[in-house]
Amino acid sequence: MPGEVVARGNVRADLNVVRSGDKVISTRVGMAEISHDVARVVPFSGPYIPRIDDLVVAKIIDYSAFAWEADMNSCFFGILPAQSVFGRDYSPAKDSLTDKLQVGDMIAAKVIAFDRTRDPLLSISGPGLGRIPRGQVVKISPAKVPRLIGKKGSMIKTIEAGTKCRMLIGQNGMVVIVGSPDDTLRAIKAITLVEEEAHSADLTERVQRLLGMDTTPQAPQEGVADEPVPQASAGENAEGTPLEQDSPHNPVEEEGQVPSPAHPDQTS
Amino acid sequence: MGKQGGDSSRLINEQGLRLDGRRIDELRPIKIQVGILKNADGSAFIQFGKNKIMAAVYGPKEVHPKHSALPNRSVLRCRYHMSPFSTEERKNPAPSRREIEISKVIREALEPALMLEDYPRTAIDVFVEVLQSDGGSRCAGISAASVALADAGINMRDLVAACAAGKVAGQVVLDIDDTEDKEGQADLPIALMPMSNQITLLQLDGQLNDEEFGKAFSYALEGCKTVYRLQREALIGKYFGHEDGVKEIEQ
Repeated sequence: MPGEVVARGNVRADLNVVRSGDKVISTRVGMAEISHDVARVVPFSGPYIPRIDDLVVAKIIDYSAFAWEADMNSCFFGILPAQSVFGRDYSPAKDSLTDKLQVGDMIAAKVIAFDRTRDPLLSISGPGLGRIPRGQVVKISPAKVPRLIGKKGSMIKTIEAGTKCRMLIGQNGMVVIVGSPDDTLRAIKAITLVEEEAHSADLTERVQRLLGMDTTPQAPQEGVADEPVPQASAGENAEGTPLEQDSPHNPVEEEGQVPSPAHPDQTS
Repeated sequence: MGKQGGDSSRLINEQGLRLDGRRIDELRPIKIQVGILKNADGSAFIQFGKNKIMAAVYGPKEVHPKHSALPNRSVLRCRYHMSPFSTEERKNPAPSRREIEISKVIREALEPALMLEDYPRTAIDVFVEVLQSDGGSRCAGISAASVALADAGINMRDLVAACAAGKVAGQVVLDIDDTEDKEGQADLPIALMPMSNQITLLQLDGQLNDEEFGKAFSYALEGCKTVYRLQREALIGKYFGHEDGVKEIEQ
């Protein structure tokens, strides 16, 4: 509960907690996770607040002469600079943004910068990033994303195996499903089940039963996932989903656009 | 100011009971439900005696007009409104001076608890709609808004619990209803951040001497703590099992 003391003394205040003197107090309604040196709260609900290195699925909603603006399912809109997609020699005079990305396009992007003073900066340079050419997008609560991915990707692998679909899960709660219409519908049902019953212990079996799969337990026991590796979802890597790679050469690091990486003060 | 004499015995009778049968330090029945509005980011419905108040939170979200945005924190906007059917006589839907004042007061009561610096260049809108009014609606509204903000997942330093005390028929009492407010001698609403023990709202209508003030204040503080307990249980109930996150106390 906001205001409740989660820990005392020499623990590091991690996500969704704040230090007040000797005490570490929660700022959200959620489950407290306390170890000997770190305390954090995993919230039950809440908006998506971008973090650096998060993989997100976003929708282009606008563009200016120099950048696209994308809806990241957050209160902040993502900025994708034209230079990072066209190259350093981009000029509005000779290149048109709509050649690469149009309003309404879905992209898989990485958050490369975000701090108090500016809106999140996105990049689509990198493996698995770029425009998403086809698929169905489903929105879930960002708080449930770790559950949907599962420990070491076990939940998403289960759903992909049971529906023969490929899925891409953004940390912002946007999920892309690629598969036949029927399989996509079954995948959506499974995702809905995970989102609504995230707290139940036998969720994997229930998903397997829903998808008509054999429910003999294989992988390690399903539990609430750790902070997942914020790269492409595990299923992604396994299948090698061929996202359309529009972004060329220039890795953003060269650009000098990466500002001083102050972490967003979620835990202030 | 209220009248003495005949009215005193009506408001507080010989057994020390009030018009609705409560003792002088007794709260009205309270019920809090969380997350019942589908469209809002966070919501709560509170029934505080005969008060029925809905609180809804939208945000953090983009500010329109953009020039209202603050570069380093979120803007909190509150609207307290009484529905035309909330009172015995139809209330004109246009915001009255009282509603504008209470909107401001609610915002100032909630702001210290919110970590607005976490959401720069955004706005958080809080709507408190009174569907049925019976005295103490600003306190109930603040309590509901606080739960709605937590439901919306906005970072908060603490919840805010509010409760009023007053003076009726010469006696300090807890939680006055509409009749007691109209005929009584003082109304003291307060709002409290329970974990840090800080007051975010303190108003007084009427007259209390030092001793009465001390007593009314401590009554109201106790009331706030009870409200806080119910807020917690409502929020926990939403995620751990009560249906609809309902938590109530019965008389």
